[in-house]
Amino acid sequence: MKRLLPPLIPFVVITLGLEFVVRSGLVAGYLVPAPSAVFRALVDSRDELAAAMAKTSAAALIGFALSTLVGISFAVLLSSSRAIQRAFYPYAVFFQTVPIIAIAPLLVIWFGYGMKTVIASAFVVSIFPVIANTLTGLLSTDPALRDLFRLYGASPGVTLVKLRFPAALPQILTGLRVASGLAVIGAIVGEFIGGAGLGSVVDIARTQQRVDKVFAAVLLASALGLALFGLINLVSALTLRRWHASEAGQ
Amino acid sequence: MISPTGTETARGVALRLERVRRVFDNQFVVIEGMDLSIDAGEFLAVLGPSGCGKSTLLRMIARLSPPDGGSIVTDPPEIRTAFVFQDAHLLPWRNTLDNTALPLELMGVGRDQRYAQARAVLAQVGLTEAETRYPAQLSGGMRMRVSLARALVTEPRLLLMDEPFAALDEITRFHLEVQLRELWQRRGMTVIFVTHSISEAAFLANRAVVLARRGGKIRLDRQIDLPAQRTNELRSDARLGHEMKLLMSAMEEE
Repeated sequence: MKRLLPPLIPFVVITLGLEFVVRSGLVAGYLVPAPSAVFRALVDSRDELAAAMAKTSAAALIGFALSTLVGISFAVLLSSSRAIQRAFYPYAVFFQTVPIIAIAPLLVIWFGYGMKTVIASAFVVSIFPVIANTLTGLLSTDPALRDLFRLYGASPGVTLVKLRFPAALPQILTGLRVASGLAVIGAIVGEFIGGAGLGSVVDIARTQQRVDKVFAAVLLASALGLALFGLINLVSALTLRRWHASEAGQ
Repeated sequence: MISPTGTETARGVALRLERVRRVFDNQFVVIEGMDLSIDAGEFLAVLGPSGCGKSTLLRMIARLSPPDGGSIVTDPPEIRTAFVFQDAHLLPWRNTLDNTALPLELMGVGRDQRYAQARAVLAQVGLTEAETRYPAQLSGGMRMRVSLARALVTEPRLLLMDEPFAALDEITRFHLEVQLRELWQRRGMTVIFVTHSISEAAFLANRAVVLARRGGKIRLDRQIDLPAQRTNELRSDARLGHEMKLLMSAMEEE
C-alpha cells in the first residue's frame, strides 16, 4: 500500500479535478471528456474495446518479441568485430531516424492490411533501443574479466554466454523497457493505417467526434504499455536483485 | 627440487626472461631488453614507480599480451597460471562458490569435482561460511580472499598478483599477507607479486626486484634476508626495517 499510495493520490486528485472542471463548464465536454464519460464509454463499448485491445496486445507483443530477438542477435553480431560494427551500425542509426508515420504506408504495400503490417510497425519502432543498449552492454565488459576468461582458455562463445551477456543484462533490460513502450506506440500507428485494434478504434471514434471513446481507447493503450513495462521490471527484479545496484534494496 | 622455504617439494615453475621488449602504440617503450630469471617455487616481489612496466611484465608472463621482442621461457613449457588483479573482479551474479569454481568450469571440469575443489580452497582461505553469499554481500577483504581462492582452485604452478591488496585497509592487508605467505609455503608455487608497497614486498617475498621509472631496467635485485616463517610480530623487527630501507634507497635513486 505504501508503494501504491504516492501515484494513487495525484490520480484521484486529477480525476476529480477534471470531472469538476468539465461538469462546471469551464472546459467543453467535446474537447476533453469528463472522467465519468470515459468510464461510461469503457463500459458501453466493452466488447468492441476488449476485442481491439486483444488485437493490439497481440501485435505489440509479437513486435516486441521480434525486436528483442532480432535486436539482441544483431547487437551480438555487431559486437563481434569493430569492422562489422563500423559497417552496419550507421544503418541501424539511420533506421532509427526514419519516422514510422512516413514508412507505415510502405508497410501496408509490403504486408497488406492487417496484423502483419501492425507487427512490422511495432517491430520497426522498438528495435533500435534494444540494439543500442545491448551493444553498449556487450562492449562494456570488464577487461580484467575478459583477461581471466582468456587465461583459462574460454572460447568466444563461452565468454559471450558466461561473461559478456550476463554483464550486459542491466543495459539490455533498460533497452527492453524503452522498447516495450515503443512497441505499443508502433502497433497503434500501424493500426491507424493498416489494421484493426485500438488504433483503428481511435481513428473511427475521432471521425465520429466521440472524444470519450478516443480517451477510453488511449487509456487502454497506456495500460498495455504499462503492463509490458511492468513485465520487464519483473524480469529485471528477478534476474538482477541479488547483484545489481538498480534492483538491490527494492 | 626443494623450494626456497624448505618445507616441501616445489611445485612451482622456473622462468627465464631474455631481452624482453614491450612497446605501446609503436612509440612508447615500456620495457627494453629486460633479463630476469626466476627459480621454481620462488616468491618474487616486483617494486617500482607507477608506469614503470610492472603490470605489463605480469601480463606478458601470463601470455595475455605478447612481448615485442625477446623471449619468456618457462620450465616446464606448459603450465597452469593464475592471475589475481588489483581489485577482486568477481562475477557479481555468481555466489562465492560459483566464483571460486569458475576457472575449473571454464576448463571443463565436472560440476561435482569443481565444487569439491572450490570448497576445499574456500576452507583454506576461511570462507566456508560465505559460500552462498554474493560479492555485494561481502567485505572488501572477503572479496579479495574469494579472488585468491579462485586463483588457487586450479592448483597453479605460477601465481601472478598485480597489487592485489592495494585497495584494502591495513589490518585486512596484514591478515591477508600472512595468509598468502602460508598458502605459498604449503603449495610451493612460484609467485610474482607486483606492489607499490615497500613494506609489503619486504614482508612477503624471498626476493625483490626494483624497476627503474623508464624501460623496465632492474635497479636492485635482492634476496630478502628474513626467516621463512613470517608472522605479524616480524613487522616491528629491525631486520624487516633493514630490508625496507634497502628497497627504499633503490626506489629513491630515481
